[in-house]
Amino acid sequence: MDLKNKKIIALGERDGVQGSAISLCVRSAGAEVVLDVTHCFV
Amino acid sequence: MADRLGTEGMVVILGTPNAESSRLYGLTVTEGDPSWAGVLAGANLNLPVYHITEPEIKSQIDPDIYEDQVGLTEIVLDTGEIREALSQVRNGDA
Repeated sequence: MDLKNKKIIALGERDGVQGSAISLCVRSAGAEVVLDVTHCFV
Repeated sequence: MADRLGTEGMVVILGTPNAESSRLYGLTVTEGDPSWAGVLAGANLNLPVYHITEPEIKSQIDPDIYEDQVGLTEIVLDTGEIREALSQVRNGDA
């Protein structure tokens, strides 16, 4: 899966990797982030 | 989101902490909410879904940014189990 020019939905979790961190990562691969959330189930 | 933008070229990247939550999220964005409790019940979005730590995703990310943002978390995650769970979701075997 080539991320370049893809529209990314970043679904992060507080106990895993946060959405904002996923966004930074995929932008560096040339993708566009269209949704970025971090869930917390505590 | 899918209704507004369409699903063409859309990819879901997860930051879930374990295999079970990865499977749940993965099924929700492919076959629809498996618990039939939420708004995505029965919604067959069939979006490609990967975890941020899967090698084919990680390899495309700037290594410095990956290490800074994900490196520490990756150490404590069971990335093998997560990869297996999402592989099953993508292959329709979950």
